[in-house]
Amino acid sequence: MEIGQELPPVTFRVTRRDLIRYAGASGDFNPIHWSDRVATKVGLPSVIAHGMYTMALVGRAVTGWVGDPAAVVDYSVRFTKPVVVPDDDAGAEVVVSGVVKSSTEDGLVQINVTAVSAGEKVLGMARALVRLPEVPGQRGVVQVGTVSGAAAADA
Amino acid sequence: MPLDPSFIGRSYPPTAPYQVGREKIREFADAIGAPEAAYRDVEAARALGHPDVIAPPTFPVIISMAAGDQITNDPALGLDYSRVVHGDQRFRYTRPVRAGDQLVCVIAVEEITQRGGHDFITTRSEITTEDGEHVVSVWAKLVVRGEGH
Repeated sequence: MEIGQELPPVTFRVTRRDLIRYAGASGDFNPIHWSDRVATKVGLPSVIAHGMYTMALVGRAVTGWVGDPAAVVDYSVRFTKPVVVPDDDAGAEVVVSGVVKSSTEDGLVQINVTAVSAGEKVLGMARALVRLPEVPGQRGVVQVGTVSGAAAADA
Repeated sequence: MPLDPSFIGRSYPPTAPYQVGREKIREFADAIGAPEAAYRDVEAARALGHPDVIAPPTFPVIISMAAGDQITNDPALGLDYSRVVHGDQRFRYTRPVRAGDQLVCVIAVEEITQRGGHDFITTRSEITTEDGEHVVSVWAKLVVRGEGH
C-alpha cells in the first residue's frame, strides 16, 4: 500500500433477509430494521439497514484490502444517510471504496473509506487505521516499502 | 426535554463477563458475510499468531450495545429511545477479540450536547478481560431527534 493509492471498490448487496440475520446475530432488534410499519411511522422511507451492518460491510472491505482480519487498530464512521432496503430480492447496493491517506511512525496506515448507496454517501469521516501484515519470509517487516536494518538482519 | 448534562462523566457498573464463543463469532461472521478463515477455523487463526479464532472488527458492538442499555434505560436520564438515531461509532483496539475471552464492559457517558433541536449523547465503553487487560474501547454517539424533527 502506498499513500494516495486507491483501493478497488467492493460492492455489497443488502436484502431484508440480511438485516434480519444481522439483527439476530448482533442482538439489535430495533424494528426500523425489519418493520415497514414502524420505519415509516418514524419518518423513514422504509426499512433501513443497521448502521452497524453497513459498518461491518466496510470492515470486510478493509480487512480484504489489507489481507489480514486482525489489521484494524482504530475504526470510526459517521452515519450520514440511511441505507434504504426495499422488500424485494434485489435489496440495496452499497459500494465501498477506499484511499490510502497516510502512514504513522509505528507502521500504521490510515485508509479513508467512502460508502455509497443509491447514489448517496451513507457514511462520513469513515476511517480505518490498520496494521499491515508481516510479509512472509520477512518477519518483523511491517512497514510499507521500508526495511529496517535490524529487521533485515533477522529475515 | 434536553438531556441532563450532569450525566456527563457518569460511569455505570461493570457488566457481567461476556464469554466470547467460537460459534457466536462464526454466527456474526456469517451474518456480515465475512469470509475469513480466522473467524471460524482455530488452525487458521493460530497460523496468523492468534491463540483462538478472532472476531470481526465490529463484533464488540454486541457487548457495548448491551452495556448501553444501562444508559438508554436509565429512568433518571429519561432518553426516548424511539427517537434515537445512531450518529457515530468508533472502535479502538489493543488486540482483537478472540474466542475464550471473558470480557467485562464499563460504559460511561462521555459527552452530552444540544444542536438544532436535537440531543447528542456519546458513550464510551472500555472492554477488558476479567483480569483487566484492555482489549477495545468503543464509542457510540446517539442522536435523540427533537420533537417535530
